[in-house]
Amino acid sequence: MPEAPAGTLYRGREGMWSWVAHRVTGFLIFFFLLVHVLDTSLVRVSPEAYNAVIGTYKNPIMGLGEAGLVAAVVYHALNGVRVMLVDFWSRGTRYQRQMTWIVVALFVILMAGFLPVHLGNVFGGE
Amino acid sequence: MAASTPTLAAPRSPRRARRPNTELYSWVFMRASGALLLILIFVHLFTNLVSGGGVSAIDFGFVAGKWAKPVWQVWDLLILWLAMIHGANGLRTIINDYATRTGTRLTLMGLLAVAFAVVVVLGTLVIFTFSPCPPGAPADLLPSFCTAG
Ligand code: HEM
Repeated sequence: MPEAPAGTLYRGREGMWSWVAHRVTGFLIFFFLLVHVLDTSLVRVSPEAYNAVIGTYKNPIMGLGEAGLVAAVVYHALNGVRVMLVDFWSRGTRYQRQMTWIVVALFVILMAGFLPVHLGNVFGGE
Repeated sequence: MAASTPTLAAPRSPRRARRPNTELYSWVFMRASGALLLILIFVHLFTNLVSGGGVSAIDFGFVAGKWAKPVWQVWDLLILWLAMIHGANGLRTIINDYATRTGTRLTLMGLLAVAFAVVVVLGTLVIFTFSPCPPGAPADLLPSFCTAG
């Protein structure tokens, strides 16, 4: 007899959570992209207008928000590669769980490289 | 009955209207554009946030210096178009998943289409009509090549 699950909550484990995170990050990046194109468009208005708005990106709160966005993009991109491997590699479905952990490991490595540089720029001052 | 076989219309397989398989193209596009965006966006993040002074070095002069070179104009244009189509198409999937009422779904799709059109048109115009040395702007805000020679 297989053990009955303790709850009724669907627990799809790595496969489900990596999908949830892929969807949430894709959603967030899209809305950031809308804002990002609008603020960059200010270069067409005047150098002063652009510098004034981009200046607000340089305060610590926005700096942390940017770090979060970079994290979202890095995860979405790495997991996107995992999704493609699941789809096109003949053993992709068999190793999807291991690949989720490879994505997590690569994510940690890339962020460990990025965060010190970025936070140094945000909090370092001049 | 005489030994005559009844004439049957050609193949018995179900007949489907011959129309392009849009959902398949959308699925393929998500993967192809994703692979390109990976390179485009990682280089974008590296040049703007890591190399040089990172965020603290971004100002009009930085953007103007980049867009004075056609390669970065094309680079950013590709990100703009690919990411907007990829993202908007992804949002279409999400809307279809959660907005079960027709009215809600059509409203959200309409908003998505408007946001898509405005941002793509605006962004494209900005990249191509941008001048790195706008006349009358204070020289200290401009890239150095505006004043040289
Ligand atoms: C950086 C490189 C990127 C890669 C490798 C990538 C990869 C992918 C892939 C393969 C899918 C399809 C997932 C599926 O069919 O199950 C997808 C979905 C999606 N992507 Fe990306 N993507 C990237 C960048 C972006 C960007 C910049 C945005 C936002 C503008 C974005 C927003 C989305 C959204 C909203 C979805 C739909 C999610 C869902 O249906 O749950 N992606 N991505």
